[in-house]
Amino acid sequence: MHTKQELQVAALENGTVIDHIPCENLFTVVSLLQLEKMHSNITIGFNLDSKVLGKKGIIKIANKIFSDDEINRIAVVAPNVKLNIIDNYQVIEKKWVELPDELLGIVKCNNPKCITNNEPMPTKFHVINHKECLVKCHYCEKEQTREEITIL
Amino acid sequence: MKKESFVSIAELSKDKILYLLEMSKEFEKTPNRKILDGKIVATLFFEPSTRTRLSFETAANRLGARVIGFTDPKATSSSKGETLKDTVLMVSNYADIIVMRHYLEGAPKYASEKAPVPIINAGDGANQHPSQTMLDLYSIQKTQGTLENLNIFLVGDLKYGRTVHSLLMAMRHFNPTFHFIAPDELKMPEEYKLYCKKNNIRYVEHTEFTDQIIADADILYMTRIQKERFTDLMEYEHVKNSYVLRNAMLANTRSNLRVLHPLPRVNEIDHDVDSNPKACYFQQALNGVYVRQAIICDTLGLSLETIKD
Repeated sequence: MHTKQELQVAALENGTVIDHIPCENLFTVVSLLQLEKMHSNITIGFNLDSKVLGKKGIIKIANKIFSDDEINRIAVVAPNVKLNIIDNYQVIEKKWVELPDELLGIVKCNNPKCITNNEPMPTKFHVINHKECLVKCHYCEKEQTREEITIL
Repeated sequence: MKKESFVSIAELSKDKILYLLEMSKEFEKTPNRKILDGKIVATLFFEPSTRTRLSFETAANRLGARVIGFTDPKATSSSKGETLKDTVLMVSNYADIIVMRHYLEGAPKYASEKAPVPIINAGDGANQHPSQTMLDLYSIQKTQGTLENLNIFLVGDLKYGRTVHSLLMAMRHFNPTFHFIAPDELKMPEEYKLYCKKNNIRYVEHTEFTDQIIADADILYMTRIQKERFTDLMEYEHVKNSYVLRNAMLANTRSNLRVLHPLPRVNEIDHDVDSNPKACYFQQALNGVYVRQAIICDTLGLSLETIKD
């Protein structure tokens, strides 16, 4: 059964619905998933009413199912995002994004003296605390909290 | 022979630390061993550090290796904009091992991922200086006969002092009690106190540096208070003179107490301490050569047994 909120954006036949995205991070999520390079039919809803978040973002991507690696990239900016996998208008699977143990090329190191900010190379972070999203640079060993994280 | 880089003290297990110390002891017994005849050690110092470089080069020479490298990055291609990766790959063509000092944090770790030869971190910015930590551990073990259950007093700049942070982390295996003696401006950062709590390391904080406070110390680890860390120079003048160790302060300390300092010192250890048998900082610097001999051999895949033969 459809709720009122889901009907704020047209229903999807097949593909993935990414729901409960904090509005301020919606476009970061779009960019992290590289949606601009996709050719499928994509609906992006911005500032929709949400009981949980007040306002939320939602993305519906037709005919696309993300691998865990692809989708978990967004956990840094949108930790409580819900995924609905849709097949023939039916939700066949519900998933929550999970912060991976390692973040490759996603987060910028805040330490200006870190090698990653001075050499053409991807960054690498280890997630020290998944709940609080505390990450540690693999190279300079400095830690960053979620609030300090800058996405590349 | 398994070759392994030596970049961070945090990666070393207790067994590995004790093994390297054991190997260092062998080199103290007989420093000149031509076991690296035909090998080339490159010392790449992207930031000048004379004493660390001399110590590594002495270690390499005593092992019979040849040394190539640079001491002034201005004269190298990195000043022309060459990437670290390119420099390291180029030098790997010539040398069997690279000893690297860099002002950028994480540079040796990155180099170790790219280079086909092992990398030894000789200091990367404010991050790590693991061979210094190993020589501190060696000096503690040698003077106390053990690393276990010691009272270690760290004095001076505990905020920016890289050596004290690394020592703290390496000592987690040995059930120490730490005493942190520092002015408010330079106290041990929260993250290291948290580290102590997580690893069940006992610590006590003091702002006063008096003979009563150090009475039950086994190790007194002095550090230099650097002028550039202070915004208020009046404050610096005051602090500088209140964290000075004088010979008279050692009168009632334990007989096994030894005073360590990573050097260079300015005025934080009065020169009248130098002749006291408890002063151990010059011996400590010499220990650095033995420890670095062990680190070079270990990273090149030579075992303790091979060295003893």
